[in-house]
Amino acid sequence: MSNAATTEAKPAAPAPPPVEKIKIKVDGREVEVPKMLPNWQGKLEATTMLQAVQIAGGEVPHYCYHPKLPVAGNCRMCLVEFGTPMMGPDRKPVFNEDGSPKIAKSVLPYEPSTPRGAIACATPISPGMEIYPNSSATKQMREAVLESLLINHPLDCPICDQAGECKLQEYSVQHGQAGSNFVEAKVHKPKAVDLGPRIVLDDERCVLCTRCIRFTKDIAGDDALGIVNRGSYNTIAAFPGAKFDNNYTLNTVDLCPVGALTSKDFRFQMRVWFLKETKSLCTSCGTGCNTVIGSREGKVYRYEPRQNDAVNSTWMCDSGRLNYKWIGREDRLQDVLVRGQKSTWASALKEISEKLSKAASGSVAVIASARQTTEELYLLKKLATKLGALTDSVARMGEADKLLVAADKNPNSNGARLTGIAGAELGSAISKIADGIHSGAIKTLVVFGDDVTKAGISADLLAKLETLIVSDILPNATTKAAHYVLPGCAHAEKRGTFVNVKGRLQKFTKAVEPKGDARPEWEFLHELVHNVTGQNGFISIEGLFNQMAKEVPGFAGIEWAQVDDQGVNTIS
Amino acid sequence: MSFSVPANLEAELDELATHYPVKRSASLMFLHALQEHFGHVSKDAVVWTASKLGLQPINVQEILTFYPMFRQEPLGKTHVKVCRTLSCALAGSGGLRAHFCEKLGLDSHAHVAQTTPDGKFTVEFVECLADCGNAPVVMVNEELVAKAGMTEADAILEKGKR
Repeated sequence: MSNAATTEAKPAAPAPPPVEKIKIKVDGREVEVPKMLPNWQGKLEATTMLQAVQIAGGEVPHYCYHPKLPVAGNCRMCLVEFGTPMMGPDRKPVFNEDGSPKIAKSVLPYEPSTPRGAIACATPISPGMEIYPNSSATKQMREAVLESLLINHPLDCPICDQAGECKLQEYSVQHGQAGSNFVEAKVHKPKAVDLGPRIVLDDERCVLCTRCIRFTKDIAGDDALGIVNRGSYNTIAAFPGAKFDNNYTLNTVDLCPVGALTSKDFRFQMRVWFLKETKSLCTSCGTGCNTVIGSREGKVYRYEPRQNDAVNSTWMCDSGRLNYKWIGREDRLQDVLVRGQKSTWASALKEISEKLSKAASGSVAVIASARQTTEELYLLKKLATKLGALTDSVARMGEADKLLVAADKNPNSNGARLTGIAGAELGSAISKIADGIHSGAIKTLVVFGDDVTKAGISADLLAKLETLIVSDILPNATTKAAHYVLPGCAHAEKRGTFVNVKGRLQKFTKAVEPKGDARPEWEFLHELVHNVTGQNGFISIEGLFNQMAKEVPGFAGIEWAQVDDQGVNTIS
Repeated sequence: MSFSVPANLEAELDELATHYPVKRSASLMFLHALQEHFGHVSKDAVVWTASKLGLQPINVQEILTFYPMFRQEPLGKTHVKVCRTLSCALAGSGGLRAHFCEKLGLDSHAHVAQTTPDGKFTVEFVECLADCGNAPVVMVNEELVAKAGMTEADAILEKGKR
């Protein structure tokens, strides 16, 4: 489960201006670490022992700590043994015989032979400090904390959705014991609590790390959760009768280090270790949250957010996360249709190529979707330029929120603008295209990925066309009216790029195979462009992208190989 | 059933909230005052407190549920608190509580305070009542019953049933 930046996010990248560094030792090895590092809000704060150990290449086990949330320090799992340089009565450092500074290990005041650990997540480092994240005393502390956390845990891993990506399991492998010392009856707490429309809570599995409480209060801005009751009866709860229902609730499922918070959508659907993880993007709005698609045998089971501090931190909204079921819909377009009859790619593309080659300049119009990839839009623009065609995309506007959701519901509006398919305002040329069809000047319409009957070109107008070429994923009124239907692919079934609302170019990769005869649009568009324009292109997405970057000014200087998982900013 | 706080109590609480640098800090005092007035702190009282102090109801619920002496349900007319701390436990307070429960038809293994359906009795196990020398001790409403045996228990039940 390595790709998902979910329960475990990487710490934020250190701030660019060089900050003062201090020398400490981690397990005897000297490392230099910044004195200050960005906290969960990105403000500089004293570096903690946990961050220092991470910089040194180590790891401190933890449950409640999360780099994107305020530090709570309540799980105690990150306890480490440490020491600081010893000071003499004269407040001067004391040295060993070999000249190295003498270290005073932190010990219990009343029992100096017993080390006293400190929680690494909330303890700042100091010059000369020595941290021992792998000492036997540290391990003993971890074992004790883990044993305590497991006292009332139901150990129902075989039927738990978190199994396979559970921190209790992972740390039990490292620090747990095979037998239990606990013979008393376990405390029973509420099971299968309906916390909200998308969340189910099992209070017995909860380790009370409060990540969910902090997330919903400090990130989502909906102070809906708390800990009620006392002592061993402590439980996470919403106010009685109130529902935990904001558009970010499912992030608490990712954050939950154990199986307490589960997603109603994903619950009992699939064991996580069977899921193939593919880096992708969310297509529900123009923000372009980075995601990981979990799929098995061609079926998508879940989306999870993937950390990208330039875009979505480690979060995504619930509506975007759950918007995947259409990919596997039964009524997906699976066949190439020529005038309603099932055909083949070879014959359909041949016919279309011939028609387009013969079309008089200006008699063709192209309405491409801003849900298509940048590469596809580029190919369509090439085709349109050759045909002297009017082009545009359908705008899709909605409500924005304060955290992630953008008002633009197209994932690639900026891609449509940069490739020249659409102007600054998407959809502004559609009325012109409608007029052209009405007057008879436009005889052929190419539509990709949108139902134009809902965007200003009525079914009556479509009926006037000599040729209507449509590519889409799901059936709609436009595909019904089409002379040629070319079944396309969901983003999860192909590779490509989107440019988000802030102009960031991001890649996504293929998770599942398309259904039936459906093919990635860029593949058959490449053939069409070749047939109609006579220009040869590239048959790989890498080559196609690099060609596009050379020709489209907005992508100047960008090469496919440079675009990593975090994306790059375009010049726009 | 609508919830309303008398104007004089509300004024008193509004004034009380000004004593704290952060309004939230007055939560506990609000709950005390509301319990004193209504006998228990209802869900409506929690919502009212939260809106008065600019909090979410769950914030107040956290405090309310932390302290066992805050009541979320109305108590019975006779509130029987049986001490379960060491001296009383050794002197047989467990059996005493079980006796109360059995006589009243309540679950003697329940973890929480229980009230009879007719609203006459509430039986509860509590921590030390500070009269260890006279164990076992029972507190009936505000009155302490020392060296309580089954006879005393039956007398309490008899009195409360009237």
